[in-house]
Amino acid sequence: MRRGCCKIMKLFCDSPFFFYNFSIMGRGGFVAKETVLQMQHIMKIYSNGVVANEDVSLELYKGEIHALLGENGAGKSTLMKVLFGIESPDQGKIILNGKETTIKSPQDAISKGIGMVHQHFMLLPSLTVAENIILGVEPRKGGVFIDMKRAVDAAREIADKYNFDIDVTARVEEIPVGIKQKVEILKALYRGADILILDEPTAVLTPQETEELFVQLEKLRDNGHTVIFISHKLDEIKRICDRATIMRNGKSMGTYSVDEISTSDMSKLMVGREVVLTFEKNEPKTGDVMLQVEHLLAYNAQGVQKINDLSFELRGGEILGIAGVEGNGQSELIDVITGLSRKYSGDVILKGSNIRQFSIKDIREKKLGHIPEDRMVEGCAAHLNIRENIFANQYTDSRFSGRVMLKMKEIQKRSDELIREYLIKCKSQNQEVGMLSGGNIQKVIVAREFSTGPDVIIANQPTRGIDVGAAEFIRRRLLEFRDAGCAVLLVSADLNEIFSLSDRLAVMYKGRFSGLFTDVSSVTEDELGQYMLGLKNDYENGGVTHE
Amino acid sequence: MSSVKKFEAFRMFFAVVIALLLSFLVIFMVSEQPLTAIYTMVTGPFKSKRNLANVVESMIPLIFTGTGVCIMFSANQINLAGEGAFHLGGLVAAVVALKMGLPAGVSPVVAITLAGLAGAAFSSIPAILKIRTTASELVSSLMLNYISLWFCMFILMHYICDPSTGSASYLIPEEASLPALIDRTRIHAGLFLALAVAVFGYIFLYKTKMGYELRLTGQNEKFAKYAGISIVKVILISQMLGGCIAGIGGGVELLSPIYTRFSWTSLLGYGWDAIIICTLCKNNPLYTPLAALFLAYLRTGASIMARYTDVSLEIVQITQGIIILLVVAEQFLSGYKHKMIAKEAMASLKDEEVA
Amino acid sequence: MLNNILSPDFFNAILRATTPILFATLASAVAQKSGITNMALEGMLLFASLFGVIFSSLTHSFLGGLLITMAIGGAIGFILAFFILQLKTDEILAAIALNLIATGGTVLLLLAVSGDRGASTSISSVSAPVIRIPLIVDIPFIGKVVSGQNLMTYLALLAVIVVHIFLYKTPMGLKIRAVGENKNAAESVGISSRRIQYIALVLSGVLCSMGGYFLSGGYMNMFTKDMSAGKGFIALAASSMGANTPIGGFLVSLLFGAAQALGNLMQLTTIPTELIQMIPYLTTLIGLAVYSYAVMKRRNRMSAKA
Repeated sequence: MRRGCCKIMKLFCDSPFFFYNFSIMGRGGFVAKETVLQMQHIMKIYSNGVVANEDVSLELYKGEIHALLGENGAGKSTLMKVLFGIESPDQGKIILNGKETTIKSPQDAISKGIGMVHQHFMLLPSLTVAENIILGVEPRKGGVFIDMKRAVDAAREIADKYNFDIDVTARVEEIPVGIKQKVEILKALYRGADILILDEPTAVLTPQETEELFVQLEKLRDNGHTVIFISHKLDEIKRICDRATIMRNGKSMGTYSVDEISTSDMSKLMVGREVVLTFEKNEPKTGDVMLQVEHLLAYNAQGVQKINDLSFELRGGEILGIAGVEGNGQSELIDVITGLSRKYSGDVILKGSNIRQFSIKDIREKKLGHIPEDRMVEGCAAHLNIRENIFANQYTDSRFSGRVMLKMKEIQKRSDELIREYLIKCKSQNQEVGMLSGGNIQKVIVAREFSTGPDVIIANQPTRGIDVGAAEFIRRRLLEFRDAGCAVLLVSADLNEIFSLSDRLAVMYKGRFSGLFTDVSSVTEDELGQYMLGLKNDYENGGVTHE
Repeated sequence: MSSVKKFEAFRMFFAVVIALLLSFLVIFMVSEQPLTAIYTMVTGPFKSKRNLANVVESMIPLIFTGTGVCIMFSANQINLAGEGAFHLGGLVAAVVALKMGLPAGVSPVVAITLAGLAGAAFSSIPAILKIRTTASELVSSLMLNYISLWFCMFILMHYICDPSTGSASYLIPEEASLPALIDRTRIHAGLFLALAVAVFGYIFLYKTKMGYELRLTGQNEKFAKYAGISIVKVILISQMLGGCIAGIGGGVELLSPIYTRFSWTSLLGYGWDAIIICTLCKNNPLYTPLAALFLAYLRTGASIMARYTDVSLEIVQITQGIIILLVVAEQFLSGYKHKMIAKEAMASLKDEEVA
Repeated sequence: MLNNILSPDFFNAILRATTPILFATLASAVAQKSGITNMALEGMLLFASLFGVIFSSLTHSFLGGLLITMAIGGAIGFILAFFILQLKTDEILAAIALNLIATGGTVLLLLAVSGDRGASTSISSVSAPVIRIPLIVDIPFIGKVVSGQNLMTYLALLAVIVVHIFLYKTPMGLKIRAVGENKNAAESVGISSRRIQYIALVLSGVLCSMGGYFLSGGYMNMFTKDMSAGKGFIALAASSMGANTPIGGFLVSLLFGAAQALGNLMQLTTIPTELIQMIPYLTTLIGLAVYSYAVMKRRNRMSAKA
């Protein structure tokens, strides 16, 4: 059925009449919509063999905000990288303003009127706002030198034109996140962007900043700019976007007018079925205190305080979920508990022992398993094979090594067992981990951390960016360990995951628990959001625990 | 993905061929008799038993320093002090041989052991500096090579110099020398030690706990730290072991029939040669004898060529340089590799659709 | 001895000894600012010292020789950039390869060009002139230090200022610093980081070749095998100790130049020459360790304070 559709679409797309397309738009009424950009049948395969985009097509109208919707790893970013000239497609074509074109580099994209605001800011902290804006298109004096005065004037002018209230002489390292994002948008506009790609722009913003951003985006749309809004937040898409192209698993699931599709339909297309995350959970049988954090103050690598007098307990047989906007101290908390960071004061008591003098190895020997936040940075060595990755935390175990030598036979046997037990899809244990899909890499990590029979599990974003099947598998495992009496600390940006797994739920805001709930089912998503954004803060009201 | 491995092997072969062709081109440019020169270079090593033996002899130091660098590079420690450690090893062996007056059989063992220890101590300096001060081992090891050279010169000129030679030590006594194994060649017992060291290096890196820790750290230091591995220990052990093996190599080389005196007044370059060996082996010491054989063949051929024609020995350094450049160049032939992977991926997609 | 050290001749000698290191340090700074460690300085120095001799002899002019050498230096920088940027060769290994090629290539070329083995004794090259600056020469002490230097020494001092202005006041300098600080950020505004790094490495090659030219056409008057003797590596350390700024690099180069000059001076004493030869390398090693330690401490202190 889908293939048939595809064929008809193809005929239609290829016909010359496609350029002007009349359609009934939700917001604009019956108007002629001018197509500014078409990406047709884009295919992109990465050098590790991952098919990131498979026959994806996208069409943009002038003056719309077009959502690109999909889970992490659905191929949204790859498609945008193709559009912005960072990646070149293996197949497919790009038609810009009616003309077929190739986009060779970001520079090329910019010169063709495409601008991109990346999720991680592309700013130079040591330079001023104005320098960042004019970088690459500097006004000159005497032909050779930078004319700083004109640079500042030009930056001010463009900020005023689009009503951005920014001090252009401030150094970027000194301005708040919301302003940084505005600088990013200004940078693109200064370079004459007609099509503006925003990659998950609200991920780092407060609700007020988000609202401000939306107002700006609407203004841009009214000025005839086209905005591609990459997100997986359905409410935001409902709020701001005209149409949405939904991606799943590297494929396009179609383009829809946002007014005509319900959020539940969008989520169905995104994940392939209703999001059912209600696990059959047994009543928790809480046991002894496994982990105690007392009056913790912790600092990040730059010495900035990120945790401010935090105390809590974690018992065996329970999952404590920690929600919160990223950067509120979650990473630092985990780094301290797992021994990766020693920049803290206060006490962390793991199974009765203070970890202050413990090495990471000592902590691991206390049967602590740790699923790290970024699997490629800390979780694995991409160029080593599955076997070498999967026993990294247990090679000193007497089953796998003697005083000097590794027991290769045992290790090989165990690796195969784990690959089977954890359903890791691979050619053999000799395959490089970097060649696996994200979900399978995560399973390798989980297999490693869970196979030692941990008493305490620290799971930081355990299912981020992996396929639904692998995610569910990992979640079920976490529950099994909890039922077996293991204490689980779960940090996740995925609220569904937090809600469905946690026995207790804490919200981290500015290095503290702004809320701690013992009855998770009584908390609404809306309420949680208010705690995450600091609109509600129990800590400041005397630290009430919600029963 | 075995096709990728096959491709890598092909790529390396191709790189070597191109490097040779480019070197031949250089010969054509600098020589008046290029064809003779190339012919001599390629066939020279097979021309006589002595020439063939030369190939084997010159493999020996290359295997040592190559294995040492493989170990350090596997742990991603870019310590280039192998050069200086080799030099120091030679000096220490000479001093032991000359000054300690040990009986035959004992003397070379003591000399080589001390040479290894000296090498280890020497190359631990960059490691300790890195741990204590975060100074890059790359730059400090480069400086240490020159310090080693002049230190050895100092000892040579002031303590073991034979006045009748000007700048060489007294004759190494026979009790201390490594005997030649085959008549009328200089192939010596060091060959077995070299091969043993290569195998040891392989077993160490791939079969022991410590070696595993080294490789894990080399691949991803953050991951190694997260897994509970002591990075400090890895930095120290890898560099000391690398230097130790280079030092042993220096000792063996000096006590071999190739040298009768300690007469090294400039750095010999085995530390740099080790890098190309390591590049060709992809950091696996097991293959160092093969890579050393190839390099030794080139060397021997080039020195025969230098003897009979107007092209000098240094052509080999050019060949080596080009090989490193091409073998390490990720993008060299990568377009072809990507097409191959894309083809495989598409084929498997089709399979899935059919299924 | 002390008298010798306090004499203007000694300070004069410091500037002389600093010159090649300074050029190479500036070369390293420019490359490093763009985010690339140029360990090939050693080979670049060596190539330039040979080409300087060859081309000044062919053109019968030091200027002709210098310009051609600089052009070739730029070309070598370009080749290095091609491998690092285009073919994605590891920058350290690419540099090692280039240094190897320089070591062998210079000897081979010298032999092919002149028949000389190891030293360019039969090539009559033209060295850069020594310049006496009128008026300044008459100032006591300072006159003897500052005046009467080789032209290349003045060019080196000038280069410090020019490179400083280039890096901090021109669009290209801004782009180089941007690419070095955050490549992705620079790319996101359409700066081709590859192009910028190409330019930085070519410039690095040009600057370094000036230092190489001075080695065989000023410091000495001929090319000898391996005459760079680790100066490229010393410059690498000097540049990093100077935080990769031209001014900082200049000050550190002066220190290393002084070590070299001191070594030369001490050859008149009874201290064994072998130990004296060690001085520049030992100074660099200790300097690097002390500097790294200080940086580490400062970083720790800063994060502890916050």
